[in-house]
Amino acid sequence: MTTIHAKGISRRGWLRWAMILGAAAALPGRVWAAVARPEAAFGATALDEALAALGDTPQVHEGIQFTTPDIAENGAVVPIRVEVDSEALPNVRKVSVLVEMNPNPLAASFDIPPGTEVYIETRVKVAQTCTLYAVAEADGQLYMQSRETKVTLGGCGG
Amino acid sequence: MAGRIKIRAQKKGDITEVKALMRHPMETGMRKDQAGDAIPAHFITEVSVFHGDQPVMQGHWGAAVSANPFLGVRFAGGEAGDPVRVVWTDNQGGTGEGETTIR
Repeated sequence: MTTIHAKGISRRGWLRWAMILGAAAALPGRVWAAVARPEAAFGATALDEALAALGDTPQVHEGIQFTTPDIAENGAVVPIRVEVDSEALPNVRKVSVLVEMNPNPLAASFDIPPGTEVYIETRVKVAQTCTLYAVAEADGQLYMQSRETKVTLGGCGG
Repeated sequence: MAGRIKIRAQKKGDITEVKALMRHPMETGMRKDQAGDAIPAHFITEVSVFHGDQPVMQGHWGAAVSANPFLGVRFAGGEAGDPVRVVWTDNQGGTGEGETTIR
């Protein structure tokens, strides 16, 4: 009886520690943590699943300018650029980049406070020839633009 | 492991253009080494850009961002001499930081 009781306390104590450590791990140090990481969307293994986790089905919007190469010789380093015309599509606070055929389609998601241009440049891995999506969230609605990139050499080799 | 960041911030009209190049392997966790053992996932998960104390952008990254990641962002305002800082954390608890002034 006493041992069970003692075990119960230690387990509760352990749980409490786990929660404290978990909370500490969730705060990414000095990194601005105003908006939480979209964990479910990052964990998604299919495009539809990732989009569903980000919100609704996005509508195509011409205000989003999405630049990717037509042909990428090296899928490990594919330069991309997302630019949103704030007059055509105002109040964009989040931009996400998805690669349809990657093991986890969501590659990156950016939170953008007012005053920052909706302009993101980065480089992503593209496993094989497929469609890339730039998804912008404005006033709770999702909008997108897509581009196909042909990959000569896959981005997941090594 | 604190990684340094090459960073440049340049004022162009009303807009400040920030370009940052980070050193990081960005391992997906899906690759194997020559012995056939899985290479553990090791990638930047959070990256933030600050103008002074003001956050300009926060990025959440997956392993699909390329190794030695490049990031370009633009924000309104900013004067020559203002500090611009980029910080990241990765999934193994590593951090990196770089600072420059707008020119």
